[in-house]
Amino acid sequence: MTDQAYNFAYLDEQTKRMIRRAILKGLAIPGYQVPFASREMPMPYGWGTGGVQVSAAVLTPEDRLKVIDQGADDTTNAVSIRSFFQRTAGVETTTKTAEASVIQTRHRIPEEPLREGQILVYQVPIPEPLRFLEPRESETRKMHSLEEYGLMHVKLYEDISRHGHIATAYAYPVKVEARYVMDPSPIPKFDNPKLSDNPAIQLFGAGREQRIYALPPWTQVASLDFEDHPFEASKADHPCGLCGATESYLDEVITDDAGGRMFVCSDTDHCDTRQAAGHRGKDAA
Amino acid sequence: MTPLLSVEGLTKRYGAHLGCGDVSFDLYPGEVMGIVGESGSGKSTLLNCMAGHLAPDAGRVVFDTRADGPKDTITMSEPERRMLGRTDWAFVHQHARDGLRMGVSAGGNVGERLMAVGARHYGEIRDQAIDWLGRVEIDATRVDDRPTTFSGGMQQRLQIARNLVTGPRLVFMDEPTGGLDVSVQARLLDLLRGLVRDMGLSAIIVTHDLAVVRLLADRLMVMKSGRVVEAGLTDQVLDDPQHGYTQLLVSSVLQV
Repeated sequence: MTDQAYNFAYLDEQTKRMIRRAILKGLAIPGYQVPFASREMPMPYGWGTGGVQVSAAVLTPEDRLKVIDQGADDTTNAVSIRSFFQRTAGVETTTKTAEASVIQTRHRIPEEPLREGQILVYQVPIPEPLRFLEPRESETRKMHSLEEYGLMHVKLYEDISRHGHIATAYAYPVKVEARYVMDPSPIPKFDNPKLSDNPAIQLFGAGREQRIYALPPWTQVASLDFEDHPFEASKADHPCGLCGATESYLDEVITDDAGGRMFVCSDTDHCDTRQAAGHRGKDAA
Repeated sequence: MTPLLSVEGLTKRYGAHLGCGDVSFDLYPGEVMGIVGESGSGKSTLLNCMAGHLAPDAGRVVFDTRADGPKDTITMSEPERRMLGRTDWAFVHQHARDGLRMGVSAGGNVGERLMAVGARHYGEIRDQAIDWLGRVEIDATRVDDRPTTFSGGMQQRLQIARNLVTGPRLVFMDEPTGGLDVSVQARLLDLLRGLVRDMGLSAIIVTHDLAVVRLLADRLMVMKSGRVVEAGLTDQVLDDPQHGYTQLLVSSVLQV
């Protein structure tokens, strides 16, 4: 059911060309933030206007789209963006990671390993990793161009001095191909190792901040750390309550007001697939 | 002996107005140079031009770099100049707030320059930070406190520790004792004098406080309306001022 009043995937062709140019430049310089003329989208800033524009620019009629929000296919943000593209582009959609060719994500990387040919589009609220350390944009740009990244470690130093360990748990800064320091969008640091050496194309779109950056396939991405406080990909130390998975990233769900809680996979597709294969956790009905 | 810093004909104009004009001098290793003058005489303009914060209109600032010997810092590339700014040079601002990161703990402030030059071992960075806090007489228990909780004098001492931690060879100071009460000033001057002597630092100190230069500076330049009107050994200039303006300046100091 495509709405014929819109061009394919909502944006006009000139805009998509402009965004594709930014994407190509981003792919040519991994981790570098490319400015682009972000358009007003029919959704509020913070809901993924950047990711939607990038998805619109890379979608083709043959693509199959998956949209996740915090790993889930059935949350508001995911459902509305999926139906947006169903309506304006008429592409097929899926919730299966393996069957999708374009995956737009907010705050997670799917558990199932991606493969070559897939595109993962991230929604990015604040693309500048140095933003809260150095408020001047002119200065942060200079720091990127001159590779002056000592300040990033000051943030990690502060973490350790205050908490005894690096307490940054999401949006954990990474260095791309030993050159640009990049904000991987607010994914949990559990997902950071998946950024590196990933066969899929990873695109990052920040609508309000008007920046696009990218990781081409098989790019080396290292999480910043100290020699005596190495990076650690952390997760809740429990198995999934529904499927029993011990290797997946978990959400804590409060079940009553008497301290009851359960841990479930944040990646719903991963959890459903495992349950369909007969895996059961202790809280499964 | 090669001068550490050699300034030739340094000129900065703000439109038709002269910031500082045709300033030349040599600074040798271990030497402390004072620049005095009234407000608006071009002291800070001169200092900022030398430290690379302002682009001068004419002149050369040749610094004896560790790697390549004497090099003009005005024509060198920006990455090189910024690298100098966080290794061999240090800049102490009048207001500690300008030179510190107020949202970052004292230890983080001191460690920043270390991390900027590649230190990546938390324990070592922290040990060095604590060592430097001790040297500027800040209690080691305050290492995780933010500078906002420090007094004005402590903030200024923290700023000095933060600047000296990478062992610079040249320190630019812009009114380091301005805005502090006299007893705190005295302690800070004592501390600075000790550090300058112990580390063999060269320094350029801009101030309007003649007591500061009397204590710290070996040589003195007196500026008025953007020009150097008198230069010489500190005691010589202060005890036997030749230029009319210097005489006025020296006689304006209140005797208690």
